[in-house]
Amino acid sequence: MITLIIISVLPIVLLYLGLYKAQKALLPVTIIGLLAALAAAVMQWTTNDQPQPIYNGMMLFNNFSVAFSVVSIISTILILLLSKGYFEKISTHIAEYYAIILFSLAGIIVMVSYHNLTMLFIGIEIMSVSLYILAGIRKKDFASNEAALKYFLMGAFSTGFLLFGITLIYGASGSFDLDVIRDWVVTHPRNIDPLFYTGILLIIVGLCFKVGAAPFHFWAPDVYEGAPSLITLFMSTVVKVAGFAAFLRLFSACFSTIADFWMPVLLVITIITLFIGNITALYQQSFKRMMAFSSISHAGYLLFAIVALGAGSANAVFMYATAYSIASIIAFGGLILVRQQTGSDNFEGFNGLAKKNPFLALVLTVSMLSLAGIPLTAGFIGKFFMFSGVLAHYNVWLVIIAVVNAIISIFYYFRLIIAMYFRSAERAEVEVPVYYKFVLGFSAIVTIIIGVYPAFISGLI
Amino acid sequence: MTVSILLFLPILAALAVLLFKNEAAKHAALFFAVVELGLALYFLAGFVPDASVQYAVDVPWIAQIGVYFSAGIDGISMVMVLLTTVLVPLIILTTYKHEYKNAKAFYALILFMQAGLLVVFTALDGFLFYVGWEAALIPIYFICALWGGENRIRINIKFFIYTFAGSLFMLLGIIYLYLQTPDKLYDIHKFYELSLSLTQQSWVFWAFFIAFAIKMPIFPFHTWQPDTYTEAPSAGTMMLSGIMLKMGIYGVIRWLIPNAPAGFLQWQTLVIILSVIGIVYASLIAFNQKDGKRLVAYSSIAHVGLIAAGIFAWTTQGVQGAMIQMLSHGINVVGMFFIWDIISRRLNTRDISQMGGIAKVAPNFSIAFLIIVLGTVALPLTNGFVGEFLLLKGVFNYNIWVAAVAGLTIIFGAVYMLRMYKNVMQGETNELTAVFADISGSEKLVLAIICVLIIGIGVYPQPILHISEAAVTNLVDTVSAKFNNSGF
Repeated sequence: MITLIIISVLPIVLLYLGLYKAQKALLPVTIIGLLAALAAAVMQWTTNDQPQPIYNGMMLFNNFSVAFSVVSIISTILILLLSKGYFEKISTHIAEYYAIILFSLAGIIVMVSYHNLTMLFIGIEIMSVSLYILAGIRKKDFASNEAALKYFLMGAFSTGFLLFGITLIYGASGSFDLDVIRDWVVTHPRNIDPLFYTGILLIIVGLCFKVGAAPFHFWAPDVYEGAPSLITLFMSTVVKVAGFAAFLRLFSACFSTIADFWMPVLLVITIITLFIGNITALYQQSFKRMMAFSSISHAGYLLFAIVALGAGSANAVFMYATAYSIASIIAFGGLILVRQQTGSDNFEGFNGLAKKNPFLALVLTVSMLSLAGIPLTAGFIGKFFMFSGVLAHYNVWLVIIAVVNAIISIFYYFRLIIAMYFRSAERAEVEVPVYYKFVLGFSAIVTIIIGVYPAFISGLI
Repeated sequence: MTVSILLFLPILAALAVLLFKNEAAKHAALFFAVVELGLALYFLAGFVPDASVQYAVDVPWIAQIGVYFSAGIDGISMVMVLLTTVLVPLIILTTYKHEYKNAKAFYALILFMQAGLLVVFTALDGFLFYVGWEAALIPIYFICALWGGENRIRINIKFFIYTFAGSLFMLLGIIYLYLQTPDKLYDIHKFYELSLSLTQQSWVFWAFFIAFAIKMPIFPFHTWQPDTYTEAPSAGTMMLSGIMLKMGIYGVIRWLIPNAPAGFLQWQTLVIILSVIGIVYASLIAFNQKDGKRLVAYSSIAHVGLIAAGIFAWTTQGVQGAMIQMLSHGINVVGMFFIWDIISRRLNTRDISQMGGIAKVAPNFSIAFLIIVLGTVALPLTNGFVGEFLLLKGVFNYNIWVAAVAGLTIIFGAVYMLRMYKNVMQGETNELTAVFADISGSEKLVLAIICVLIIGIGVYPQPILHISEAAVTNLVDTVSAKFNNSGF
């Protein structure tokens, strides 16, 4: 709870700092504040006793929320470190960016800790409204405006679905509280109202919009491409992870006993998501757009944990999401640097990078290998948990489809490696600021450490 | 003293090599590889050739899902460890006359790959086996793609996709077996104890088989191989053909057949026929090759086909033949690719038809070449003979007609290899070959070692056979008992 309070108060402090033109203090204050929030989250970690919901069952801070809060906060810190000098180029109102990103993070903390559907809705809205602004933050830029408008329209639409779903669930079960809903489902095994089922479907639609799963993914590529790269990074990592945490929390808490009903629906969504994400990513010339589509396919892998709902699901999502977020941070960090030099998002911009910037090429390679799921990187551990989970449900065909998709993804992830190492181009050295060196190096090392010895985080939840 | 020293030394060595200057990297790499060989020989000296697992290490890795860092050496692994540790220093020595750009990365990758290979050959845990399997693939991909020939980008992505695809299916097989174990462990001995239904075993069989068939390669999964071998830098080709393809063969012996004996029995005929088709097919293509390196690449498919057939026949003799032939083939094929490396470096071509008469100007070279050719065509008293004889005997026990066709490999091999030798070395010299300089320095050393090994193992194979005998007998008997008990 202290985490949430800190993250909610912090942006207000920042806005005042902005008011008094204390530009230099913005980043340090944000980082210190987030570190305090991180410490508060970690201190809530419990090893044995089961925490109870607080505030009349509105919120529940258990290890699940702590783990996902920690991942979100760390990712946000890394992303903000990358933003040093980035927002200044876009606009003069820098304090607002930090504040809005933190507001969004507050929404995310609510999303991973809710115990009541109204809190889920409020969390999603706090997060989304902030994101609508962030996507359009480059006021004069056409693509950025398009992204914001698209994201807003689609997002509002999907929130409508979600809200409608929540209403129907309330109508059938008489409560917003997760425990009450679960008890209602368990005590009415034979005569569940069709309204309830409809509610589940609508919630699935709403949440799939938010996490960018096909066929509700249409907003994602354009929004990801149009928004400033750092905002895209924030959306495709922290926001997506929070979306899945919320998704998983709802389904494992309330609907696990009626999995026979919604599982086939999600199964179809998963398969479509995998194929659409992967196959479209193959054809992209722009690295940024490729990452957008690949993030759709990663949403497909993350859905595995919900399709094969079980005791290991939370752990699988946690591992996968961590690996994916860290790798994405490296990829976008590299992209921002290369773009500053070449002015384009295309793969060609990376040609011959290894000769001039061996460090940058190396960390980007680690990131691509991790995204592709090659052993000794965190991405493999994530995929491994996902595959194990699905196979445990004897869903052999789904795993085979996943394997086929993992193979397809090699093509586009290796394209970057090939461009950097095997194609030559006349280019000058890309300047890597010290903040970037720290964030990229740290992320690459964490990726390898999780890949080699996952035991230190894989047993947490 | 456990096997973990053997596994971690190359990784540390790879990191250490990166600290050296590019000029000194090869000496450092050679030094570490020789230390590793010394370590392996030390292990061999203390090795008791019974069926037990020795020097075992078993520590929790990801304990809550039953993954252990569990490895050890039995007779079968010992032969593979010897193969790897003998060949890697030799391969590094073959590169002494090359000047690679960014050499320290090159040698670091070779040493890192050695670590992956050794993990594969000693792992007793499914997860560890898979990690080693992929850890060997990444370095070789970069070796081939960074220091390879013209078409390296396209060809190597094909190679990578092929092998990666195969290994993902194997991963599914491993996870599937894990889920069946009562205690949820990746321990191979727990896998061996499972009794799955025939359908389950068929699935497991194919999941593993595809990975191994691509790696070896067995017809029709071989299409990546000739291009990759031809375009790779010669040290990369040697790593691939000398050691890496043995991962597939070793996998069949250790992970495929014992884990899915009934599934294997179900498909035995098919896979033997595929192996034999591969022998004939690759031999026929080898006849028509003008490029020497490519010819050796195809001959390698033929030889591996025979090894595969011998294993799939699943008799003690066949598997023993496979063990010694893996060692022999590794030595011979490294020698053969080195011969072509020497030729192409001097003449800037590998076109056999342009050559001739080299024997006149380079007598030492011609003797070494001849001995390697004879070893490859399995002349008695060379190392190739022992293995191929045992393999054919194994196949013969399975079916006489299959053995007859498989035996063609020896005749075919003799024809194209001796013809290659004749065209390159004999006859009159021409403008190109008249100035061929004889071998010297590191080349002499490598070829001398290879020739000694070829003849040494050929004349007195018993010590090598003895290492793996008990372990192979035990494994074959265990699996045969499973055939009988399950009533298949």
